[in-house]
Amino acid sequence: MEEARKESGNDDAAWEPRIVAFICNWCTYTGADLAGTSRMKYPPNVRVIKIPCTGRFDPLFMIKAFERGADGVLVSGCHPGDCHYAAGNYNARRKFTVFRKLLEFMGVDMERVWFSWISASEGGKWVDTITRFTETIREKGPFVEYREMIDVG
Amino acid sequence: MSKIGVFICHCGENIGRTVDCARVAKAAGRIRGVAFATDYKYMCSDPGQSLIKKAIADHGLTGIVVSACSPHMHEKTFRKAVQEAGINPFLCEMANIREHCSWVHERNEATTRKAIELVRIMVEKVKRNVPLVPVRVKMTKRALVIGGGVAGIQAALDIADGGHEVILVEKEPSVGGHMAQLSETFPTLDCSQCILTPKMVDVGSHPNIKLYTYSEVEKVDGFVGNFKVTIKKKARSVDIDKCTGCGECQLKCPSKKIPSEFDRGLKNRTAIYIPFPQAVPARPVIDREHCIYFLKGKCKVCQKVCPAGAVDYEQTDEFVQEEVGAIVVATGYELYSVGKQGPYPERLGYGEYGYGTDPDIIDGLQFERLASASGPTGGAILRPSDGKPPQSVVFLKCIGSRHPSKNIFFCSKICCMYTAKHTMLYKHKVHDGTAYVFYMDIRSAGKNYDEFVRRAIEEDGAVYLRGRVSRIYRAGEKLIVKGADTLSGAAVEIEADLVVLATAIMPQPGIETLFQKLGISYDGYKFASEAHPKLRPVECATAGIFLAGCCQGPKDIPEAVAQASGAASKALIMFSKDEMLRDPVVARVNENTCIACWYCVEVCPYKAISKKEIRDRKGNLIKRVAEVNPSLCTGCGTCAATCFSNSVDLDGYTDEQLYSEINSLMAVGQDLFPEVEAEAEGKAAG
Repeated sequence: MEEARKESGNDDAAWEPRIVAFICNWCTYTGADLAGTSRMKYPPNVRVIKIPCTGRFDPLFMIKAFERGADGVLVSGCHPGDCHYAAGNYNARRKFTVFRKLLEFMGVDMERVWFSWISASEGGKWVDTITRFTETIREKGPFVEYREMIDVG
Repeated sequence: MSKIGVFICHCGENIGRTVDCARVAKAAGRIRGVAFATDYKYMCSDPGQSLIKKAIADHGLTGIVVSACSPHMHEKTFRKAVQEAGINPFLCEMANIREHCSWVHERNEATTRKAIELVRIMVEKVKRNVPLVPVRVKMTKRALVIGGGVAGIQAALDIADGGHEVILVEKEPSVGGHMAQLSETFPTLDCSQCILTPKMVDVGSHPNIKLYTYSEVEKVDGFVGNFKVTIKKKARSVDIDKCTGCGECQLKCPSKKIPSEFDRGLKNRTAIYIPFPQAVPARPVIDREHCIYFLKGKCKVCQKVCPAGAVDYEQTDEFVQEEVGAIVVATGYELYSVGKQGPYPERLGYGEYGYGTDPDIIDGLQFERLASASGPTGGAILRPSDGKPPQSVVFLKCIGSRHPSKNIFFCSKICCMYTAKHTMLYKHKVHDGTAYVFYMDIRSAGKNYDEFVRRAIEEDGAVYLRGRVSRIYRAGEKLIVKGADTLSGAAVEIEADLVVLATAIMPQPGIETLFQKLGISYDGYKFASEAHPKLRPVECATAGIFLAGCCQGPKDIPEAVAQASGAASKALIMFSKDEMLRDPVVARVNENTCIACWYCVEVCPYKAISKKEIRDRKGNLIKRVAEVNPSLCTGCGTCAATCFSNSVDLDGYTDEQLYSEINSLMAVGQDLFPEVEAEAEGKAAG
């Protein structure tokens, strides 16, 4: 594991959790904006990729992110019933439920994949989610298992 | 080769304080494909925008990344600027380094690094942006107003006066809403019906207004500018065109003991009835649940006495289609029920106050009916139990409102004012009586409002007691009200003849079904949500749908009317153009690879995807593929993420763009930013 860690360029001292968040334009993105306008503070480990709706989220995006070195992936959209596009988040939830089983089967640690509903008014929830997620990933350390899995083929 | 321009904004100190903008610009300049990168104090200012325009001309830029605030703030500004410089606005994107970076992190290396990465994500995206052309959508210049209370009436009249057709749908047999039930209005004590009924008549006779009473919205299809609405006209059992409104049927109807909805149970009505004398339209309706003919198959008295032959027992529900461009939702409120069985089963009633079990414990709207000149007592304030004038009346405020244990945290806003009004109306009619008010706070903000409450206390002698009531019980003719006066610290016991509960304002029960049909969002109480609480208070997040009145939250009449006029003018603004432009973020199908599995058709929430047949010249079917109607597509991208064969993509968020963004995030086994490191080392060495 140590070697893998070195190979991935993540030595313990410099390592910082790398978190990718796929968030919908209408609720969670705006919620994160609200966290900003309210000057709340959270760890700078998250990189946001904006999608119009969680319905646009393709589980392969998550795989790609892990492949590119992400230690955790967050998908967040509007609350059920609040989707800007009426039902995109339901589709995302269904897809995620199925895909989750596949990931578990493959041996991916499901605590590295978070799914949440954060509305445009929930700046605090965004801050809380990112803070807790960053801490969870920090405790878990770099996602070397995924790299090992790739090496095994 | 892309020539991307990157513009880093300091936003005064807002970004510059925590992010080293000059370094971000320098690092951005070294990203492959970036032809120009700079930073500036205020990118959105005139000189800032000129700087972008000049760079486009000087460097022949093919894409722009403005790294500043949230795109929700200034994307439009910058897209307009680049358009003025002659390039397609959709080649410009924003990297959000303010809300998502500088405002939420401390000034340190990690924050600047994050800013650089956010810029890099966007640069990689913009490299793959293609020019897009806004979708043109035809505008149907007709409006639908749902709800015929004062807000709906105002919105309908304003739009109709603006020269456009309005469809007004009201679920009750008459327009008027709750305002028609009120006796007087605060703070002027204007007679409510005197100011409302002329407007009701206007609505009924306006050449531009098509009125559907006793009707409900059944289905809503389409999108802004092109809604297709199905309206259910409930069977009235009376031919509204033949009927003259003479009221003979009402007089002769043998079924006379049905509690009147309009008088809130304080008076009875017949099975065939006109809800109140000033109703618009002044046409009766048969309440089939109570009509003897519909219950037992015999009677038909109303048909026999009707001189116009208008009674029609065979009438059935009718469905009509209307095409509209804008919708105003004005569905109003209902009072929180304090009875044991209310319309809100999930909310507990105030069983302890005895509402619904004791006739002398009533709610605010019932008191309005008692005080109204057209009410069951002709305006005399009399106890419902024995018809005697009450010598002492206790008013309880905040019943339900601001009550965490009832799961209602909001203030109903109007109760402080109408309770003050009630005490005045009572004192003006029962001069020797005493009005007691139990209150938590007196909230009387508004023009001439506080003066009005002072008048109730100082001139009309209402006794205000700060505290809550623990129990009400009957002792012979009197109701004993036990409470606390928290200002004197004493326990209070009042012998009352009548108790009036100022119950919370709640959305209409079951209104979420309508909101779901409209595709608009609502909060936990089922109040409809506005697009922005401060700056877009009358619009829904769903384009083309506007809000007016209490369906959005508790309001008094002037506020509801103001919001209704606001909603009407929003609709009129839309109608001032023949067609509207929509964002070209729409799905596209690759017909060469589509395998006709129709998964996209299944998941599309807007029914924007249809099955298309490709035929050769002889008309033989070659292939069936999915086809997107760009004017129906709203760009959620669910189809793109669902497609099996990767044949559907979403303009503006293509797979290529999103994968490039992900790829740009990090590269395993190599340093992410040689340029940043070199910079840092250079600094250390220097």
